[in-house]
Amino acid sequence: MFARELARGLWTTFRSMLEKPVTTQYPEEKRPVHTRFKGRHQLHRYDNGLEKCIGCALCAAACPADAIFVESSENTDEVRFSPGERYASTYEINFLRCIFCGYCEDACPTEAIVLGDNYELTFTDRRQAIYGKELLLVPVPEGGQPTPQTVEPGKFTRSIPVMEDPKD
Amino acid sequence: MEAALIWEYVIKSVVIMLGLTLGFAYVTLFERRVLARIQVRIGPNRAGPQGILQPIADAVKLIFKEELTPVKADKLLFILAPVITVFPALVITAVVPWGRQVTMFGREINLYLADVNIGVLYIAAISSIAVYGIVLAGWSSNNKYALMGGMRSSAQMISYELTMGLSFVGPILLAGSMSLVDIVEKQGTLGFLRWNLMQPLGFILYLIASIAEINRSPFDMPEAEQELTAGYHVEYSGMKFALFFMAEYIKMIAVSMIGSTLFLGGYMAPNLSWIPGFGPQLYASLNTAWAGPIWLFLKTVLMLFILVWVRATFPRFRYDRLMAFGWKVLLPLALLNAFIVAVARVLVGG
Repeated sequence: MFARELARGLWTTFRSMLEKPVTTQYPEEKRPVHTRFKGRHQLHRYDNGLEKCIGCALCAAACPADAIFVESSENTDEVRFSPGERYASTYEINFLRCIFCGYCEDACPTEAIVLGDNYELTFTDRRQAIYGKELLLVPVPEGGQPTPQTVEPGKFTRSIPVMEDPKD
Repeated sequence: MEAALIWEYVIKSVVIMLGLTLGFAYVTLFERRVLARIQVRIGPNRAGPQGILQPIADAVKLIFKEELTPVKADKLLFILAPVITVFPALVITAVVPWGRQVTMFGREINLYLADVNIGVLYIAAISSIAVYGIVLAGWSSNNKYALMGGMRSSAQMISYELTMGLSFVGPILLAGSMSLVDIVEKQGTLGFLRWNLMQPLGFILYLIASIAEINRSPFDMPEAEQELTAGYHVEYSGMKFALFFMAEYIKMIAVSMIGSTLFLGGYMAPNLSWIPGFGPQLYASLNTAWAGPIWLFLKTVLMLFILVWVRATFPRFRYDRLMAFGWKVLLPLALLNAFIVAVARVLVGG
């Protein structure tokens, strides 16, 4: 008789009531993102606090959505932002254009720009969607100095810093 | 009629109306939470602690929504149809008793609005009126889907009304009365747990027929989303839509109350006096006049849970199978049930 099947169906749904809900209560608890998750960009620093970005604008060239704008200026030993010859005086990413492809990360010669874990991007205004350097730069690490730094002459002589092979 | 009596009736009516409207709001929340748990989710829990303000938020949203009326709609009927749908749902529980006599403010007050000697017939009559609202809504919308939904619902409700009416026959025969108060009181002398458990077939038939009668899943044919885009209320929006919604949920409460009154012993506590030792005292303390509404409430919640549970489990019937099931399976079974109860009543005596 079909009554048995009906009872089985009812039992299945009743049993599922006793299971633990799979819901994540989002604003209070967040699920960790995957290791290669591509979220909001971060501009990284060296351990001494200098910015990794040397203002080469390769990221802007690589960007398929034309979301990145870079304007670079010369470093001097009195006003030094990055170890290289130049630094990004303006670095803007328009998150209304960005498609989070990560090509900028691939193009960057100094591993300065990295797509981070932050996926909570909200704006109430189109102007707010353009993130400047002050929002993208990570905080100064422990033991480092904030930029601009004043360094003794002759310490940073290379026009571009030493590029290491990627470690990960 | 003295003034105090009139006031008593007015106050009792207001309590029923407010109880049902408030109950409607919280049945929606109850349904959403239970459905969510069955689907291994949590459900609405943001508005207020455990989501208890969610119905209010929904109501505010619906009140402020734009009310659209189709250009070619029949304006009068279009506005009247939701009212006609809600009205029977609100008045149907007038004959359902929620308790015995209590003394309040120096008056003996019966905890029911009306003890009509044709209470069951009243329920059957009012539940038939409900179909008018749905058919008129479908007709006045001037929309083919709405019309189809309305026509389907009228056919469905007329078919399942027979089964529902015949499932009422069992309790009526056992009690020898059509008054719901008599039926509940008589159940105290019948049955193991004071419930009409002697006719499980009648209860199941009532359950199926009442789900069909209030157009709920798996018999939600009039509002089949996939085929009819929403059925009879496809053109309704805002508060008028809310009224249809309200009618559906109040009808849920009504059939749960009627079902628990006819088959589950209404306001009476389950008979526990068979427990040796403390049984009789326990039963006497559970079965006081003030406990009546609480027992009825618990039984109604149980019935509502069954309605939600069934909705969460079964897919919708196909329309022709719905009709075949109603006429070829349920109706003969209901007749058989009435026959068995009648024969048993004659043989055993009552």
